[in-house]
Amino acid sequence: MSATSLPISNVGAASMEMSSAKLWRAYATEIKFECLRAMRAPAFSIPFLLLPIVLYVLFGVLLAGNMSHGDPTVAKIMFVNWAVFGVMGPGMFGFGMFVATEREQGLMTLKRALPMPYGANLMAKLVMTTLFALIVVLTLIAAAVAIGHPGLSVSQYFGITLLDVAGSLPFGAIGLFIGTRASGKSAPAFANLAYLPFMHLGGLFYPLPKSVQPLEFISPAFYLDKLGLWLVGAPNMDRLANNIGPSSHGGPLLYATVLVTITTLFTAMSIRRLARVG
Amino acid sequence: MNRESLAELSGVKKRYGAINALDGFDLEVRPGELLAVLGPNGAGKSTAISLLLGLREPDAGTARLFRKSPLQIEVRRRIGVMMQEVTLAGELKVREHIELIASYYPEPLAIEEVLRLTNTTALADRPYGKLSGGQKRQAQFALAMCGKPALLFLDEPTVGLDIQARTVMWAALRQLIHDGCSIVLTTHYLEEAEALADRVVVIAKGKAVTSGTVAEMRAIVGRKHITCSTSLAPNIVAAWPGVQSVNRDRERLEITASDADAVVRRLVESAADFSGLEVRSAGLAEAFTELTQTHTDQEVAS
Repeated sequence: MSATSLPISNVGAASMEMSSAKLWRAYATEIKFECLRAMRAPAFSIPFLLLPIVLYVLFGVLLAGNMSHGDPTVAKIMFVNWAVFGVMGPGMFGFGMFVATEREQGLMTLKRALPMPYGANLMAKLVMTTLFALIVVLTLIAAAVAIGHPGLSVSQYFGITLLDVAGSLPFGAIGLFIGTRASGKSAPAFANLAYLPFMHLGGLFYPLPKSVQPLEFISPAFYLDKLGLWLVGAPNMDRLANNIGPSSHGGPLLYATVLVTITTLFTAMSIRRLARVG
Repeated sequence: MNRESLAELSGVKKRYGAINALDGFDLEVRPGELLAVLGPNGAGKSTAISLLLGLREPDAGTARLFRKSPLQIEVRRRIGVMMQEVTLAGELKVREHIELIASYYPEPLAIEEVLRLTNTTALADRPYGKLSGGQKRQAQFALAMCGKPALLFLDEPTVGLDIQARTVMWAALRQLIHDGCSIVLTTHYLEEAEALADRVVVIAKGKAVTSGTVAEMRAIVGRKHITCSTSLAPNIVAAWPGVQSVNRDRERLEITASDADAVVRRLVESAADFSGLEVRSAGLAEAFTELTQTHTDQEVAS
């Protein structure tokens, strides 16, 4: 052990105010390490960064392209649907898994005892999941431009990027809600319990049979998908399968309102829970 | 409220359902001291610490850090914390964890300085998840002190450390105290309290049983240990006045006595052969066991 004196002089004399520059730096540091940590966690980064692009190319471009003989409407729908699929995972699991694990492992408690700036850990997770969502959408756009030929304009790609990055938030809010209630081990299972029905009922992969269609309203993916299709001017799969044009009932405003409501509701419930129970 | 105290619990009560975790508990941390909080599992140690850290609020009484509510982030910028059961993100390196925690404080130590002082330079670039249990504790200690705290809370800091790592941590703690930091330490290793503490608070069933210096604690109990090699039968010695218990460990007899002088006199008078006579004060371990035991007995009696 070093015999050098610790530079802990003026103990208690120093000002305990943080300059706003230092405060911002603390938030930025939290964000930086949250992202780094998620990138380095193979169980998170591999499925959620690689899987969307692999599945999109395989099913959305090659398989669907073959079956539809290169129908541009199908190409558009495929692109929009797989982009929705791509941003669901980081949101739900990024919050669900990490929050549950950190609660269970006492890290949330430690950070409450430490002078962590208010909400820094949740804000860092928010930035991390939106960053992951952004990467997913950008890789899908790159693949679409290179081989998918959905024939979208630059502004449509831009719109889809903004929409789907923001669209990861309702999934993040639901993931957070799961994370504040489930244990670290059960959180991925509970997240899947929501993720899988959301995915399938969202009508992302195949036209839903009529009997199941009323259930699609419970899936946030359904609303996000509808918004995306509205942006690119394509019908959803059910309507395409039945040869009818873009939906006339409901509208982008309604879909957006539903998604904002889901986000607000689940975030509020989660924060309440975290403040009370930790 | 004492102007001098850095942290104070006064008359705090805390219940969890039917369990009285703290029942009118007082605690005061003075500048520049190392205060050891001792008590059996479930005595209320962790609850007391969590009240001081603002993690829980007392049902009655007050918890104060630097004369303010521990819920205020400004006062928590003057403390460092090492908790017992925390798992940090395994994907981040030790150096990165220090950088993160240090960013919470207005004037933290430089990372290299923290690594050097806690002897963790060799661990700096290893992912936290790949460290051994003892190395994780060392890293957590580095995190506790990286913000240059005036008051350090350490919950069982040396659990899982090998002797060398523990010696390093003890030296760092002594250095911190020397430089004006105050420390609150809970521990199961009673020799740790003996080696480091200025004051000891013994807690049992949510109440402070006693507090004082390590020497005062021993004086309160006043037991002595006498050991010697002898052929005397334990049951004979056990009947002598002042003897509380006798054990035989191979040829050596271990006697616990309230009056060591009387026992030694008797040993000489008995004309039995004996060699290697040793008399020493009871360790804090015994003092502690006795104190909590007595407290429990009194409660049962009342």
